[in-house]
Amino acid sequence: MSFERIKEKLNILADAAKYDVSCSSSGSKRTNTNKGLGDSSGMGICHSYTEDGRCVSLLKILLTNHCIFDCAYCVTRKSNDIKRAAFKIQEVVDLTINFYRRNYIEGLFLSSGIFKNPDFTMERLVAVAKKLRTEGNFNGYIHLKSIPGASDELMREAGLWADRLSVNIEVPTISGLKLLAPDKKHEDFTKPMLKVKNEIIQYKEEKKVLKSTPKYAPAGQSTQMIIGATGESDKDIMYSANHYYKNYNMKRVYYSGYVPVAEDSRLPAIGSQVPMLRENRLYQTDWLLRFYGFSISEILNDKHPNLDIDVDPKLSWALRNLNNFPVDINTADKRMLARVPGLGMYSVSKILKARKFRKLNWEHLKKIGVALNRAKYFIICDSHQWEKRDLQAYQIKGMILQNSQGKFRKNYSSQLSLFN
Amino acid sequence: MKNSKVLIYDGSFNGFLTTVFKAFDEQVQIADIQKNSAAQRGLFSETETVFTQMDKAKRVWNGVQKKSNSAIKNVYFAFLSETKGIELLLYRYIRNMFSTTDMLHLNFTDDTILKISQLAKSVGREKHRMEAFVRFQLTQDDVYFANIEPDFDVLPLISKHFRSRYADQQWLIYDVKRKYGLFYDLNSVEIISLDLKEIHTNSIRKSDAFTGDEYNYQDLWNNYFKSTNIKSRINMKLHTQHVPKRYWKYMSEKKEAV
Repeated sequence: MSFERIKEKLNILADAAKYDVSCSSSGSKRTNTNKGLGDSSGMGICHSYTEDGRCVSLLKILLTNHCIFDCAYCVTRKSNDIKRAAFKIQEVVDLTINFYRRNYIEGLFLSSGIFKNPDFTMERLVAVAKKLRTEGNFNGYIHLKSIPGASDELMREAGLWADRLSVNIEVPTISGLKLLAPDKKHEDFTKPMLKVKNEIIQYKEEKKVLKSTPKYAPAGQSTQMIIGATGESDKDIMYSANHYYKNYNMKRVYYSGYVPVAEDSRLPAIGSQVPMLRENRLYQTDWLLRFYGFSISEILNDKHPNLDIDVDPKLSWALRNLNNFPVDINTADKRMLARVPGLGMYSVSKILKARKFRKLNWEHLKKIGVALNRAKYFIICDSHQWEKRDLQAYQIKGMILQNSQGKFRKNYSSQLSLFN
Repeated sequence: MKNSKVLIYDGSFNGFLTTVFKAFDEQVQIADIQKNSAAQRGLFSETETVFTQMDKAKRVWNGVQKKSNSAIKNVYFAFLSETKGIELLLYRYIRNMFSTTDMLHLNFTDDTILKISQLAKSVGREKHRMEAFVRFQLTQDDVYFANIEPDFDVLPLISKHFRSRYADQQWLIYDVKRKYGLFYDLNSVEIISLDLKEIHTNSIRKSDAFTGDEYNYQDLWNNYFKSTNIKSRINMKLHTQHVPKRYWKYMSEKKEAV
């Protein structure tokens, strides 16, 4: 093959695919039993990190950036004047296998602009996955994009070859979608999602009876939302995410701070800052919901429709609910320990194990790795020294901010810096 | 009271376990346990050399494993950290474990236990890094070849990962710091040592040991690496935190930055 031509295509089609956030390569159970290439039974691996600090785990490309749609937020929309290119199926297969053999990647994340119609496009994505599995004997990770509007039959076949499927909902609200992507209907997104969800449920049922039932999307499905393109509140975003977690059994919802790619009066102007801090706060909230036992209405509700920018959502919740504190480290249950600011789930598990041997004091907690600068206002332990002043929420917040540094602090601090 | 002794072993993990067995069996008062390559005579203690015996090593391994799977993993991983004085620390860890029926290895308020679990974690992290950062280059004789220089001696830990992943290609991973490597010949993995004339970092200068296509693929990969970066989100601090600079010279996508 001609490496020069491939290089040109790769540059165009990787550049267009990079706004997809997901790079997860874990959660599959595809072991290398046939002495073939690859194994995706272990944990995910990030093989490299780009200079923006994001993980590179999969070869993330579009099959083509030709597209019949004109979604305002998208870099490959048809009205955008950019270079177009398309890979041949065999080219994607060769690239994936050769990158994989050199230990560059965990597998392939294949998406595409929509050419001709959704089914025509989906068919080609499925063909790549099928070829990798059957001809390439490939057991690496394959993530396929479900094309909005693709038929149920194709979604069924896609799941037989791929490890994960995803449709990006992109705009968290239906009204926002009408504004930015007038050609697409909300149902186009949810229909393939629903099909995949039902197939996964069915696969799990059948597997109980017949162990050799062919795998169906073992790493589940995920979706992605753009943040900061249409003026929605954090509450809108997280309630929407919660909806997809609950009703479509999503493995993950990704939040992607909008990177301006076009001059359009409906969108933030080119050059406006990517809302990275907001994105970070949303991910923190996502984690609180999935791993820390919080319910969404505790963190976001009509009284607090947006997350605090200057402190993380758990600390923010604790400051609003000081009546739950202080918590005694040596007696509190797991649920309550997980709610203490400065305690992560690893620390919680270490505390639960260690306190069986002796009562824990500040020294122990520090060694275990608890962030005491935050936690100390909310806990008591085996020591006579603890915060005895009756502090108000704003006082605690002030002291925590004063004694800590945040990487985003300069974004919202009103204080001028002396140097630089 | 018996005099305390310095026990000297051959530096292998099984050698260390044999030493532990001897200390238990003969109730030796241990002053220190040292590798024969780095042994230092103590002023007031006698030394004794211990010869590795697999059956005795196995008995210690099984004994710890019976107590807990995570404890034996901690012992092995922490040993591979090659930290100075690790042998004595591990000896105490194992001795404490056998002295009670409690699940003592979970007592994170104990300094030795916390230290061992932290060391094991560091080694685990390095193992994971090597699974990620190894960059194979295809040689003229059809072997996928990589040099590494890990912080800890993690080759024994990554063997299984690469064996099950690359079952249909010959590969060789060589630790240039510790001067040994793993070679997979499509059937099994063996430990080899090489007389390497040059260390094959992923440099810009091309070597004729590798195929011509090899450099084409490296070129494609470097291009991909650049294209997939979002410039408006640049964060070099996070980048180097994830990929510390000491690994760059072996990674083809960073060769221009070295």
